[in-house]
Amino acid sequence: MGYPHPIHPKETPVLSTHFGEADARTFDGWVKRGGYAALRKALEMTPEQIVDEVKASGLRGRGGAGFPTGMKWSFMPKDTSRPHYLCCNADESEPGTFKDREIMRWTPHALIEGCIIGGLAIRAETTYIYIRGEFTEPYHVMVKAVAEAYAAGALGANVFGSGKRHDVVIHRGAGAYICGEETALMNSLEGRRGNPRIKPPFPAVAGLFGAPTTINNVETLAAVPHILVRGAAWYAGLTLSSPKSTGTKLISVCGHVQRPGVYEITLGLPMKELIYDLCGGMLPGRTLKAVIPGGSSVPIMTPAEVEECATDYEGIVAKGSMLGSGGMIVMDDTTDLVYQIMRLAKFYAHESCAQCTNCREGTAWTTRILERLLAGEGKASDLDLLLELSEQMTGKTICVLSDSCAAPVVSGIHKFRADFEAYLTGAAVPAMAEV
Amino acid sequence: MADETVTVTIDDVQVTVPKGTMIIEAAKQAGVLVPHYCYHPSLPSPAVCRMCLVQVEKAPKLMPACVTAVTEGQVVHVHSPDAKTAREAVLEFLLINHPLDCPICDQAGECELQDFVFQEGRAGTRYADYPKRYAPVEDFGADILYVPNRCILCTRCVRFMGNVAGDPVIEVYDRGDRAYIGIDQDERLDHPWSGNVVDLCPVGSLLSKDFLHKARAWDLDKTASICPGCTQGCNMTIDTRDDAVVRLRPRPNLEVNRHFICDTGRADYRWMNRGDRAEAPLVRDGDRLRAVDWDAALDRCATLLNESAGPVVVLAGGRASCETLGGVMQLVAGAQVTAAMKVPMGAEEALSGIPDLALRAERAANLEGARLLGVNASWASAMAAVSGAAMVIVIDVELDDAEATALAGASHLAHFATIADPRLRTVDLVLPVTTMAEEQGVYVNRDRRAQRYLPARPAPGMARPAWWVAGQGWARRAPGRSAPATASEAFGALAAFGGMTYRELGMTGRVVPAAASVAR
Amino acid sequence: MSGETAVYEPVFTGAVLAQLEALYPKYPTKQALLLPALWLVQEARGWISDGAMHEVAEKIGLTAAYVRGVVTFYTMYHTHPVGRHFIQVCTTSPCGICGAEDVARALVEQTGCGDLGSTSPDGRFTVIEVECLGACGFATPILVGDDFIESVTVERVSEILARYP
Repeated sequence: MGYPHPIHPKETPVLSTHFGEADARTFDGWVKRGGYAALRKALEMTPEQIVDEVKASGLRGRGGAGFPTGMKWSFMPKDTSRPHYLCCNADESEPGTFKDREIMRWTPHALIEGCIIGGLAIRAETTYIYIRGEFTEPYHVMVKAVAEAYAAGALGANVFGSGKRHDVVIHRGAGAYICGEETALMNSLEGRRGNPRIKPPFPAVAGLFGAPTTINNVETLAAVPHILVRGAAWYAGLTLSSPKSTGTKLISVCGHVQRPGVYEITLGLPMKELIYDLCGGMLPGRTLKAVIPGGSSVPIMTPAEVEECATDYEGIVAKGSMLGSGGMIVMDDTTDLVYQIMRLAKFYAHESCAQCTNCREGTAWTTRILERLLAGEGKASDLDLLLELSEQMTGKTICVLSDSCAAPVVSGIHKFRADFEAYLTGAAVPAMAEV
Repeated sequence: MADETVTVTIDDVQVTVPKGTMIIEAAKQAGVLVPHYCYHPSLPSPAVCRMCLVQVEKAPKLMPACVTAVTEGQVVHVHSPDAKTAREAVLEFLLINHPLDCPICDQAGECELQDFVFQEGRAGTRYADYPKRYAPVEDFGADILYVPNRCILCTRCVRFMGNVAGDPVIEVYDRGDRAYIGIDQDERLDHPWSGNVVDLCPVGSLLSKDFLHKARAWDLDKTASICPGCTQGCNMTIDTRDDAVVRLRPRPNLEVNRHFICDTGRADYRWMNRGDRAEAPLVRDGDRLRAVDWDAALDRCATLLNESAGPVVVLAGGRASCETLGGVMQLVAGAQVTAAMKVPMGAEEALSGIPDLALRAERAANLEGARLLGVNASWASAMAAVSGAAMVIVIDVELDDAEATALAGASHLAHFATIADPRLRTVDLVLPVTTMAEEQGVYVNRDRRAQRYLPARPAPGMARPAWWVAGQGWARRAPGRSAPATASEAFGALAAFGGMTYRELGMTGRVVPAAASVAR
Repeated sequence: MSGETAVYEPVFTGAVLAQLEALYPKYPTKQALLLPALWLVQEARGWISDGAMHEVAEKIGLTAAYVRGVVTFYTMYHTHPVGRHFIQVCTTSPCGICGAEDVARALVEQTGCGDLGSTSPDGRFTVIEVECLGACGFATPILVGDDFIESVTVERVSEILARYP
């Protein structure tokens, strides 16, 4: 549902059906709503059967990369001489993204259930849920729900009397965007600086604590129980466009729309309908200027690109951006895009882990150039310099943080060049004090 | 597995290397240097500097050569336009906060940042209008200064202390472009091997206080040598400026010390520069010593030995070369000989991350060589034999007072001396000899590896290598003898080494076959 | 060290120690307890002093330098004492375009902190600007201590501050 708004007819509520219902947070309340039926079913299945079902559903990772979940699970070794781990990435930190927060706040047991099923699929007896430190309320809700699940026998040494074990440990982050990157998350969980690791080795070979590990996003895991209960075919049939983009997706919309919130759509819904129907469109008297559709690290879209865009993995790529995490930032004609791109660059400069040269120095330098431009002190060569730096910050580092810094800069300059030039010519009043 | 090989082409050169080799090492085999900062063959590779990105055909993007393993048929371009542009960018990024204070930086001339910027960096900066990051110099420990402004955060130092020394007292603090290398305020960088971080630092960020502003890198002459400090036999380089030794640094030898030396060895060079050396042969003339030329001294040496009927005691210092020990043992052959090497003892200090590497308790470089050459009596028994000896030969030993007193009572005493010892009041002959820094020779380390060292500075005055002195003395004891003219000949003549030659030893040494000692 | 008494009082005694020890069986390594242990310290003391880093290092079997390297990586750990109520206000783009910077300014002014990152003279508040709190649809979100408050506007600031004496 379009939390905190009522369900819109063009939504497909699956994960979000019970957002806002306090009772859904409790174990009993969740069972009343059909919860834990999927787990009981999964306990009767072999790991291969669970993996095959999820593969058939077409579910793709909802954290940003969109990798097929069933296939990811199938990379895990069958041999369990070493422990396996499931890691749930609840470090939702991508600016514009706030969907996992609502899943954890309102339907914690959906996530717990998804974790146990995922654990069964990959032969892991422990799930670590890594929640970003700023999520104080989701953290407390999850801690309480986990305790309830233990008390009810859904977790522990004998899950629902099946003789199978599953533990869920809630681990709190402490303020680092990069820990949403899966290998950085593993380092952080192990008590290290959250530096991304070089791959290979891939997590399925040597992940958390050196053991085979799968990392899944909150929304991905929360979707799994629904797939088991209602069947892969049902889920695979949920598409309005490409057969490669199936199921529902939570889209968190923020910025200059009438009704910002978390909307659950069938993939493929026209972006225009999402913005104008579900979210109520622009504020009075304003027009759309730009959309960042998948969290701040994807390229910016123009109104023309939004016009014909299907909201799914392929549709947004076709329009030059990415679905990413489904965090949509809508900006109207009052927006100083140059200033906002500077703010995003500053965000990445702040969050760079400091490992790779291009990222550590490039994000900070990019920010400084933009700040100077905004102060009215820019040079004619600055735009080319920004593009050159961005080129050297893309595809050159261990993780994609510096690519993420470059994406809005490059797309901003290419698609909104006049905005930048206004600061160069003096047409725009300096937005910042001289730096 | 270990025998499997892979053939790759790197900048048009085909090489075959063991499976699992990283491109950066394979490139070395192909004679191609892939520029790099964070990579170091003796440390784990974090692939963070991004300097070693190379183009690998069929790969979607540039690959870090330090962590990308070779695959069969792979074609790598280190100098493709894309790779060069990427390196140029990394260099520019590294320079934006790097002070261009090369004129006052000790690293200048041996700085990897300076070298690569000259080689393929941009001519000018595009960061000219912004202030550079600044942080004051910090004192990290006994011999180490940290200059954060110059730091490029390659983290070699952090990995050395953490992964190799097992003493993670330094870490990366903070993040983003605010990051720096920090040390806990209660800690010092005083691990017995911590000095290696100075060598590992590719720029002038970690500096040796001892070497601070002593010399410009291009004024230094470098000589391959072996650390004379203990039985480990670490390979090292002696750096001299105007014939004065100003620095000792490790010389790579994967079989012995990889890329490291301990701080004790590193700091122990001042004796090489001593000015109060024995410079002329002295012979006893009544109650005083008279300076003579070598002819007179060597004749006196031969005469003394020929006239003294009875046991001989040889007392050697731990820095005596195989050539010297072999020569002296030949010089005294025929008599009943008790020969010992003095081995000062100290604490063993291991470098935990490298197998079989430690500052050894036995602080004598050539103990194993001495054993091979029959200098194998215990020190105590040799000292006990002094009073009954007809002749005692002392070869550059640091004597304590009791030992000096005992030696003053010897019937005849010849001193192969780097420093004259006034406590040896009755000495018959003082033969001025070179230190190991002034001669070439071979030490045998605890693993029986025979390793060469070369002369780094000229001998003072009339001092000559001890092997030459011994050989000349031996030749004069009987007619028809021909002494070795070179160190190479002196070594080749040593039966204990079964015919090994300097050429075979090369500059990284070889293990002495066990049979050679058995034959002895 | 500011705020540190001359003799360091260990954090990990009694109930706090028990909390830490209860975590041991949940992880295969002791080092994994580092972040949880630091949270326990911050909950008990309000910030993580140098002495506390040494204590944690000893408890977990790490060096103090290593612990500081980790502490300084994560922005939520305070390495200096902060006000009684620690206010984090998000000013990243999605909130920025909805007036977050005005909210931040109002918070700084009305708390008397004077500047972002500073503590008010009465020790009541510290206000800092943070990057994305993950509630972009509810601009502007702020965290006061552990309390997550959504949709803060300049107008609401004084009412919210009044809740935190």
